[in-house]
Amino acid sequence: MCGIAGIIHRDGSADVGTEMTRMLQAMKHRGPDSSGYALFGEPSDLVVIRFKLADANDPRDFDFKERLDRNRQEVESRLHKIGASVDRVESETEYAYRATVRYDGDMKALADYLEDVPGCEVLSLGHSLEIVKDLGDAQEVSDLYRLGGFTGTHAIGHVRMATESDVDISGAHPYWAYPFSDVAVVHNGQLTNYFQWKRRLESNGERFQSECDSEIIAVYLAEKMSEGDSLEDAMHKSLEDLDGVFTYMAVTKDALGVAKDEMAAKPLVLYESDGFVAMASEEIAIRAVLNREIETSDPYEGQVLVWTR
Amino acid sequence: MSGTRRTTYDARGLAEPHAEVPKVSDIDGATASFDATDLTTRQVNLELRWLIYEQGIRDVTVRNPGAKHSIGVGILQRCRIRFEGSLGYFGLGLNDGPEIIVTGRVGWSSCENMMSGVVVIEKNAGSLTGAAMRGGDLLVKGAVGARTGIDQKGGTIIVGGDAGTMTAFMMQRGRQIILGDVGPGLGDSMYEGSIYVAGKVKSLGIDCVEGEWTHADTEMIERKFRIYGLGSPPAFQKFVCGKMLYNYDNLEPSEKKYVI
Repeated sequence: MCGIAGIIHRDGSADVGTEMTRMLQAMKHRGPDSSGYALFGEPSDLVVIRFKLADANDPRDFDFKERLDRNRQEVESRLHKIGASVDRVESETEYAYRATVRYDGDMKALADYLEDVPGCEVLSLGHSLEIVKDLGDAQEVSDLYRLGGFTGTHAIGHVRMATESDVDISGAHPYWAYPFSDVAVVHNGQLTNYFQWKRRLESNGERFQSECDSEIIAVYLAEKMSEGDSLEDAMHKSLEDLDGVFTYMAVTKDALGVAKDEMAAKPLVLYESDGFVAMASEEIAIRAVLNREIETSDPYEGQVLVWTR
Repeated sequence: MSGTRRTTYDARGLAEPHAEVPKVSDIDGATASFDATDLTTRQVNLELRWLIYEQGIRDVTVRNPGAKHSIGVGILQRCRIRFEGSLGYFGLGLNDGPEIIVTGRVGWSSCENMMSGVVVIEKNAGSLTGAAMRGGDLLVKGAVGARTGIDQKGGTIIVGGDAGTMTAFMMQRGRQIILGDVGPGLGDSMYEGSIYVAGKVKSLGIDCVEGEWTHADTEMIERKFRIYGLGSPPAFQKFVCGKMLYNYDNLEPSEKKYVI
């Protein structure tokens, strides 16, 4: 089933960490397996890298801790080698890290070099995007990663009921649109031409981290945008190219977009005011941040909507 | 040696097997009202049943339904219920008799399998509105989502705004009156019934054709507009089943042997 949510403040920053947690927690019944956030903080000169070196439910064998320490050191030394000056590397959990670096080289080269370290997956990369995802409900993930008080302009989130792949962090949403900085996607639905697109995109040199069908959307949009399309154009093309049922949201450093398949098979409730847009799979999620009577509508089949901050 | 992971979610909790009637209503003669803000889905429904079936109340106002799901379902009694606010998914289903007004909007699958009575939604409705509806009138003043009246078997659905894709999909009887535009696949695979559209139709579904307008159509539409105070009706196009997919004269093999 899954639940997705998105918010964008068009007139300044707010505590999007707390807002998104409330929205996702209100939809916990739609997906108890994992919760994920793509949060956009204040844009900075530094590059924020969120990465993990193991999955939450990987077996903890005898040298688990030492291996993680070793790999973390390897990540740091590779950051130096590729020319990134490290500001700091923080442990969020025993397996997930947040690094801030000064780097103006090629993002793909950076991601590829880090992911070559055993067990390393770059969850997000960008000047303002931070993807946080883990097993458990939104409140647990928020507590674990201290997301309360995360100030930013826009965010998307996802609560997952796993249907197409394993319950692990790699299979959790949002997906970063590797190798594009500051682009991420959440998806509710199933894609039926997943293998076709995966083969096609892999033969173009794109990288996949999971067996989850939703990852296709992020990689697809990234490829279209690398060919020069805007987010909105890429999303329109995806309606033609992707089969199946979906409502998905995509975010960039200054925009939030949503697309709905031609069958309108997956729900979305939209609230829009001049300064604030919120949308979610259920209205109760929007009510979790706007606790009053509000006017909402459901976008129609085949619609693509994009808001900029 | 395997990792310790927290599994705290228990979906069984959603069923609320031990909910009790909260009895929080202000009762004044044959009318009652209560605030649903702090009540769970089951408590709201238990309170409604308690008022209508056990206290003989015939006019209930529910304040702040807060877009909760599955509210106001399975009421088999003539009465009036007013929801001041919006409902979530699966609201007002399986009802037989009540007159219901919702001052906000409703989510997906509202008024599913409605048997009789009247429902007026002041704002929008989600997809699958009036699915498998069998009787009564359902008026949505705003827009509706996709597949409105899927499998409709009777009654009248009136939509003030636009409707989405596959409206009246597999409709079997009844009427739909849509004042706005309609998405693709209108009346796909319908068997019987009539659809009246005042706006533009993006495309017709399989075996849905334009129907012949009769005096009975004019009379019915004028009557419904009068009842609900919708002003004077605009010009409508009528759509019916082309009956090219119709196979009801052909019996299943198991049925044939009884005939023979």
